[in-house]
Amino acid sequence: MSPIESADVVVVGAGIVGAACAEALSAAGRRVLVVDRGAPAGATTASGEGNVLLSDKAPGPELRLALASRRLWPQLLETLRAELGEDLADVEWESKGGLVVALHEDSIGPLRILTEAQREAGVDVQDLGQGAACAMEPHLTRAVTAAAHYPEDAQVQPVLAATALLAAVRARGGEVRGGTEARGLVVQGGRVAGVRIGGDAVPCGAVVNACGPWAGHFSVAAGAPIEILPRRGMVLVTAPLPRVVGRKVYAADYVAAVASGDVDLRVSPVVESTATGTVLIGSSRQRVGFDESLEVEVLRRLARSAVRLFPVLKDVPVMRAYGGFRPYTPDHLPVIGEDPRMPGLWHAGGHEGAGIGLAPGTARMLADLMDRRRPEVDPVPFRVARPALMAEVRT
Amino acid sequence: MRVVWDGEEVEAREGQTVAGVLMGLGVRSWRTTRGTGRPRGLFCGIGACFDCLVKVNGVPDVRACQRFVADGDDIRPQSGAELPS
Repeated sequence: MSPIESADVVVVGAGIVGAACAEALSAAGRRVLVVDRGAPAGATTASGEGNVLLSDKAPGPELRLALASRRLWPQLLETLRAELGEDLADVEWESKGGLVVALHEDSIGPLRILTEAQREAGVDVQDLGQGAACAMEPHLTRAVTAAAHYPEDAQVQPVLAATALLAAVRARGGEVRGGTEARGLVVQGGRVAGVRIGGDAVPCGAVVNACGPWAGHFSVAAGAPIEILPRRGMVLVTAPLPRVVGRKVYAADYVAAVASGDVDLRVSPVVESTATGTVLIGSSRQRVGFDESLEVEVLRRLARSAVRLFPVLKDVPVMRAYGGFRPYTPDHLPVIGEDPRMPGLWHAGGHEGAGIGLAPGTARMLADLMDRRRPEVDPVPFRVARPALMAEVRT
Repeated sequence: MRVVWDGEEVEAREGQTVAGVLMGLGVRSWRTTRGTGRPRGLFCGIGACFDCLVKVNGVPDVRACQRFVADGDDIRPQSGAELPS
């Protein structure tokens, strides 16, 4: 491979967030180089379920970013189709809707309070009783006490989506390099002048830290540490089944599990099928560092909780299981913006389990900020200089 | 021991896999694909490819190459994606 000469922006990390940022920056006319120490879209992006969700977010900055992202996704896919053609731009986008179900009498109240607040914030959500929920999902347990339907919840195949975004970057003259590790910054006059790749220094005007769960590591190497931690998750996959689950279906306590800061294992059932018919069963959350070992107890609890939602799954064999790491921030908000300690260094990450859904809004915000335009969504809550990201930082 | 293949009783030996029994009967294909209904049978033989799926005692998606037969097993061909019966 020829040496990389220079770029306007170097994006470090070729997961969905890095790919979306690179796409938005190249659309704004910048020459973008994307590097990833592994394969593009090969880590966290390859380990998720492709969630594009409004349902699991309570009103606040993240929901505003999610609403903007949900509007942007179809536009982005339209752009990709026009530039790349149908085949490359086919990313299994399904606007399938989400169904949140309460399984106890005492979860009905909290669910209704959440949906009421979400409706006021602009989310399309309908409150359903047991009958309507089971009519929507015929295999759903009759133990459902109440449900909420979110027609805007969607799903995308995240690896295909990231790959398509990177293909657009290349088509516009950008470059994508896998197996290429950025080891730190080149700093001149107190600001970013380049990035160190192997033994080379690649001159550039800006660097975007889109390293997902490893964003903390890169931030340390870049001399401007932020607190981003890995939060482990595991998924069970069945063989392709006839249509068992139409929407993304999950228990109402999932919202609380997402928002919790627990170090200990939390399991909350999330069940959905993919375009090929396999059923994905999540979700678990654990803070165990980058420990990749497979824990049978976690898998067992996932299976058990999925059968509670869909009893028909009881005798369905599991084909495989996989795990990954979500990028976790202590205050549960993504970080999007320039690092005040190091002009020219930008961070885009910390989306925990919502990175696929939030990628377009994140990318748009980053590109707007870089162009000194006012973003559609207020960027202040996502700024780098906030206590949760800086307070616990090990320097 | 005896097992049932597609409704007929057949001989099987302790320690044989379902795939072993079917191959011994000269059966080369026991599943059809869910898209175009093409025939499938043993491919990798080591549990990795999920091509040799078969229905055993009402449970679909059983890997014939990994499942040891038990006396009285009811083994049936699988067509496409099926749910447990």
